[in-house]
Amino acid sequence: MVQGGGDVIRFQNVGVRYGVGPEILHDVSLRLEEGRFHYLTGASGAGKSSLLRLMYLANPPSRGLISLFGHDIASTPRRELPALRRRVGVVFQDFRLIDHLTAMENVALPLRVAGASEEQIQEHVPELLSWVGLSDHIAARPPTLSGGQKQRVAIARAVIARPKLLLADEPTGNVDDHIAKRLMHLFEELNKIGTTVVFATHNESLVNEFPHPRLHLADGELNDFSSGEVVSDDDSELERDE
Amino acid sequence: MTTPSLSGTNNTMANATVIPLARDASSRFLPWLIAFMVWLAALALAAVLVLSSFGDQWRNTLTGTLTVQIAAAPDDHKITTELRVQSALRIIRATPGIVSAKPVPLNQISDLLAPWLGRDLLTETLGLPIPRLIDVKLKQGVDFDVAALWERLNKEISGTQVDDHGVWLDKLIALASAIEAIAFAILILISVAGIATVVFATRTSLTIHRDVIELLHVMGARDEFVADQFHRHAMFLGLKGGVAGVALALITLWILGSLWQNVESSLLPPASLDFLQWTGIIAVALVAAAISTITARYTVLRALGRMP
Repeated sequence: MVQGGGDVIRFQNVGVRYGVGPEILHDVSLRLEEGRFHYLTGASGAGKSSLLRLMYLANPPSRGLISLFGHDIASTPRRELPALRRRVGVVFQDFRLIDHLTAMENVALPLRVAGASEEQIQEHVPELLSWVGLSDHIAARPPTLSGGQKQRVAIARAVIARPKLLLADEPTGNVDDHIAKRLMHLFEELNKIGTTVVFATHNESLVNEFPHPRLHLADGELNDFSSGEVVSDDDSELERDE
Repeated sequence: MTTPSLSGTNNTMANATVIPLARDASSRFLPWLIAFMVWLAALALAAVLVLSSFGDQWRNTLTGTLTVQIAAAPDDHKITTELRVQSALRIIRATPGIVSAKPVPLNQISDLLAPWLGRDLLTETLGLPIPRLIDVKLKQGVDFDVAALWERLNKEISGTQVDDHGVWLDKLIALASAIEAIAFAILILISVAGIATVVFATRTSLTIHRDVIELLHVMGARDEFVADQFHRHAMFLGLKGGVAGVALALITLWILGSLWQNVESSLLPPASLDFLQWTGIIAVALVAAAISTITARYTVLRALGRMP
């Protein structure tokens, strides 16, 4: 059993392979503490999305151990996984908004999934949409919104249930620089209120302008970590022994 | 922070289904398929109920009865024939296991023969020898020896025949039971076909909406949250198709009932259903909706169970 302690997420020697293909990620070991902000960088195809999918429990690893909020995922009963997933907010590169629902309905989804009352939804969703600057677009459906507006709806949806961990997969990939900076400020504000953020990007200018520790993926390996919190295999062994 | 006006959005929030199942092609064809299957199922059920009722009526009216046929006297004298009938009655009534024995009145026998021979030939003036009939009722549960009675009767009254209804009635009931079993098998097959149709339609919907389902899964939706959406939709489609199918079946049964009333036959009892049986046929719509709902839910839960 992996003991995560105060770590939000912890990987030990994780590998990912789809079907019988080659390994996309090899021997990834890392530890993310609560309240931190990390970039996840790497070239296209380096495995950023695969790593994020592991973090939001969309895929199981082919090998290795993953611990989320102190729970070893492999040994956690399947019926308990939805509660863990609700503590993770995800912003997708392609937004993944539901076109037939309004902005308000899209943002309210995580609350509905969690069984929140209609009163709670009516109270919190408009407030958050107003916070991301979309108070005039509450009843708008995604096809009528611009790329930046869609991204802000997606961010509002990711944070409405106050997740402990916020994962963003290239959230600025489809917006111009001005919107990208505004979104970046939004993520930093969320981080200030205690949300752990993992921000996947290959936008180097953004990374330089808003400096934060970086997880770097190259050829499926996590080989650069500026804050020095990559857990080596040896460290993992030592901590397990303790 | 000021809460903006939500006028026009509240109702849609409460009522909108997250997965747009109503837009699927299955939403258009499934009610028609269900209607067709419910129509067949309701007719098959009606057949089962009517044939079962026929069997009961035949058993109640004809089981435990015999007909004894006395040939007219060789000299064709009315008094002599009457004496043969009286002798036969005496023998029959003295036989253990007999409840009653009644001669069938001559005019009733004439009525039975009239369609074949014509009224005129049967009049006494023409002197046509008419056999006499005796209705015999047997004690329930007694294993009556028909052959022994025939032997005793023929010792004194030659040319007497004993017609045991049980022999041909058994064949008739066996035929009705076989048709009833086939109708029941059809009912089962229709149910299986209905389940298979809903399974395929649900799987198709799962594939179409894979992205939304995965999104809900990632958000932490329990499998039941997703299954609820599918089963509510399937229940609506099942009910829609079920009501249409039962309505069609009722019209069909009304037409068949009208045609049945025009058939004159002493062998075919009236084909009627009681209140409970009609309720059962109407309930096929609800059963279809229930099968559709349960099948969709089970299919979705099974498919989601394979997700991590």
